[in-house]
Amino acid sequence: MVVKVAKVQKTNLLPVVEQSEEEKMTVKKYLRGEAADLGELQDKKLKGQLAVREDLYGKSAQAAAQAEKWLMPSEGGYLEVEGIEKTWRIKQDAIAAEVDILSSRKQFDIVLPDFGPYTLDFSLSGRYMIAAGKKGHMALLDMKNMDLIKEFQVRETVRDVVFLHNQKLFAAAQKKYVYMYSDNGTEMHCLKEHGAVTKLQFLNKHFLLTSINKFGQLHYQDITTGEMIGNYRTGLGRTDTMEVNPYNNVIGVGHSGGTVSMWKPTSAAPLVKMLCHQGPVTAMAFHSNGHLMATAGMERKIKLWDLRKFEVLQTLPGSTKAMQFSQRGLLAAATGSFVQVYGDLSGSQEYSRYMGHSIAKGYQIRKVQFRPYEDVLAIGHSKGWSSILIPGSGEPNFDTWVANPFETRKQRNEKEVRSLLDKLPPETIMLDPTKIGSVKPATKKEMPTKQDIEADKEAAVEGAKKTPLKKKTKGRSKPSKVTKKKQEAIMRAKKPFLEKQDEKVKKKRKRAEEENQLPKSLQRFARKAPAS
Amino acid sequence: MKVKVISRSTDEFTRERSQDLQRVFRNFDPTLRTQEKAVEYVRALNAAKLDKIFARPFIGAMDGHIDAVSAMAKNPANLKWLFSGSMDGDIRLWDLATRQTVCQFPGHQGAVRGLTASTDGRVLVSCGTDSTVRLWNVPLPSHTQDDSSDNDTKPLATYVWKSAFWGVDHQENGELFATAGAQVDIWNHNRSQPINSFEWGKDTVISVRFNPGEPNVLATSGSDRSITIYDLRLSSPARKMIMMTKTNSLAWNPMEPMNFTAANEDCNCYSYDVRKMNEARCVHRDHVSAVMDIDYSPTGREFVTGSYDRTVRIFQYNGGHSREIYHTKRMQRVFCVKFSNDGSYIISGSDDTNLRLWKAKASEQLGVLLPRERKNHEYLEAVKNRYKHLPEVKRIVRHRHLPKPIYKAASLRRIMTDAQRKKDERRRAHSAPGSIVNKPLRKRRIIKEIE
Repeated sequence: MVVKVAKVQKTNLLPVVEQSEEEKMTVKKYLRGEAADLGELQDKKLKGQLAVREDLYGKSAQAAAQAEKWLMPSEGGYLEVEGIEKTWRIKQDAIAAEVDILSSRKQFDIVLPDFGPYTLDFSLSGRYMIAAGKKGHMALLDMKNMDLIKEFQVRETVRDVVFLHNQKLFAAAQKKYVYMYSDNGTEMHCLKEHGAVTKLQFLNKHFLLTSINKFGQLHYQDITTGEMIGNYRTGLGRTDTMEVNPYNNVIGVGHSGGTVSMWKPTSAAPLVKMLCHQGPVTAMAFHSNGHLMATAGMERKIKLWDLRKFEVLQTLPGSTKAMQFSQRGLLAAATGSFVQVYGDLSGSQEYSRYMGHSIAKGYQIRKVQFRPYEDVLAIGHSKGWSSILIPGSGEPNFDTWVANPFETRKQRNEKEVRSLLDKLPPETIMLDPTKIGSVKPATKKEMPTKQDIEADKEAAVEGAKKTPLKKKTKGRSKPSKVTKKKQEAIMRAKKPFLEKQDEKVKKKRKRAEEENQLPKSLQRFARKAPAS
Repeated sequence: MKVKVISRSTDEFTRERSQDLQRVFRNFDPTLRTQEKAVEYVRALNAAKLDKIFARPFIGAMDGHIDAVSAMAKNPANLKWLFSGSMDGDIRLWDLATRQTVCQFPGHQGAVRGLTASTDGRVLVSCGTDSTVRLWNVPLPSHTQDDSSDNDTKPLATYVWKSAFWGVDHQENGELFATAGAQVDIWNHNRSQPINSFEWGKDTVISVRFNPGEPNVLATSGSDRSITIYDLRLSSPARKMIMMTKTNSLAWNPMEPMNFTAANEDCNCYSYDVRKMNEARCVHRDHVSAVMDIDYSPTGREFVTGSYDRTVRIFQYNGGHSREIYHTKRMQRVFCVKFSNDGSYIISGSDDTNLRLWKAKASEQLGVLLPRERKNHEYLEAVKNRYKHLPEVKRIVRHRHLPKPIYKAASLRRIMTDAQRKKDERRRAHSAPGSIVNKPLRKRRIIKEIE
């Protein structure tokens, strides 16, 4: 039976629509990099299989682009001005007058003058917030219902606070140690190894609690097993800024000498050390795409760096103590009691002023944090915290399996179990996370250096000396015989190395002879490299 | 001034009633998911480990025969039934679900060498060393439920011929069947003598197989180390190819009927395209002793082989090495294997008088799967296949426990082939360039092809 494939003519019932530039860009985004070059492959079977796979990748990228175009429930926020109006002159009151009640309720000021500058953190889904004042006041809030879940006073300096994998656990860097609390205020753990921590960060996918303390020591602790994965001395003194690069989970630390160093948990030396500013680095922020970093120095400059080339893209003026990038790429920089929000409005990676907000004079801003999946910027300052609306800063469409602001208890528990199953080992943190699963280029095998050969020889001789000789009876283990046996063992261990040396010497002599045989004019063509 | 701020109303994003499912919103943006490759890698590693935990391929053994199982036949009309014949002439019909004998067909005086069922599944043809071909009526499934399990049936017809038979195969959708013995005979159900006979040389024909796609083409293997292709419409054989060692059994690929695979005495299986027989398409090497029987899966993507070295292996149709090996301490020389018609099970008949039922995919979950379970299995399989080349995952996926004699025999064979290859390389390096030609293994084992 011969299988005949009838040639089906593709009839175009619908007119073929040309893909616009925008659609092509979205398809490119979903392709996640360039296609593999199959031309170099010799293996025909593999080539065929890979060609089919590349085709499938193209199709799935198209389907994802279509889903983005038609199926996303909401579009992002925006702020459009007419005529000679400028976006950075628009005040929060003007915005409040134009938006709905639910959104205008997201603008508020909480004044708590007694307990010191406040620092805050949001959970991954943006629903829960923890605020901690320096004098020991900690409050856990549900931002959707504006509920106070728990507040308590620890009567100690609290320098930083961070949520762990969900709102059920958070860690606070207190005067001497780091403490872990559950959401009903119970102290769960006291982590003594970290010491007096100035900044805390949590790596979500690896379940690693990272801290930098007063002496510049970086600690990585796995909170599922309690094991301390890494404990490194940065060697560059006291640091106040530590941020996570969300793209590759590398920790960036800003030092008082103006250098920024990047760390991973499996190496004692930093991955990158770059001199960013002429004075201490006062604030840092990483963009979610992983190749844009903003640093602020004491010399009143904000620099935007491209992390692929480690070059400055742009310099902005401002002496900033707190900075953060939003999910959509807006940069909030806070100086004193004024927050400036920058954005790349023209789409050309040039950041310009977008919006600004000044809180009451005299209040010092300690932290700015964008609320995930909302157009809200939370500001922690010396007399409490405030929240303002920044249209266009949050990601409008959340993915239920990544972060769900409307999570139920069951969904939260299920998510916890699944993320524990998918917990990444600390070795997966690297500057380029796409290297996992890629083919390592073939490296030439290096010849062992003289020192290596010597070291091997010494090791072999030591091994031969150490092997115990059997004690024989009837006069067969006389001292003279024992020493003779030992000498023989050492000679046997040395033999292969001496043979190699002899070979080398012989080769050299042979080459010298060959060179001598040639007439002088041709001696420059004598073989320099040994024939393989 | 135009302003819009993200504002989500709760009822749009949560379910209406408690009986509803929770609402799911998707955003496939890669920037929301960092370190995707690392997550996939961890999942692949866990999937490989889980696979090994759930790998329990052996389902059960069917015992009843009192001598080695020499032939098996599938019933094309019934998935659950299997015929088997043993060296003492006992033919049994097994129900694979209960692993019990449905009925027996006594009558053969010597070993049963070949068994085959007609395409409608009503007639069973058996042949043996007592030079007889017997046709039996296969009972209907409804009948067997009434009667007791040990049912003796009388043969429909018995044809006696001149010499012992070695194999039999039935034509696809036809009335003819072919027997292999001193020559290839073509029989009709109703005639007591073969209607046609083919012969090329004076050697015994060991096995015969009809092509599933082209019902008039059949392939045979002979004890003169040849594979011969016959066409019933021609009066003489079509093509013959002589190899270095004898082929014990053949099987046609049901999805690509121009390809067949030959199970050879030199521990390899050779896949050929019948249109171009001067070179094998693929050589499947993994067994350490003669391969006795071979059968293709109905998907045409893999085949199972049983070998004299007491193992059953499953190969990919285009792969050089086996993807799976099954062995038990109690299973001795495997003489026949069959892939079930739904592609999920393997049945092996061996020297220790037992038939064994195995799963084709060792860690497969049998039974009805929920759609979510099925999707999860498919995802884990896909992510494991994507990363199975990385060393940690590969170490787990590849690992199989081999019995010591087979492990030793395999490493010995490897040493021997490596030594041979080195010697050939040195010979080539020390002779004039181009004087020694490098013949690929696909061609090396073929002596010649005759029209």
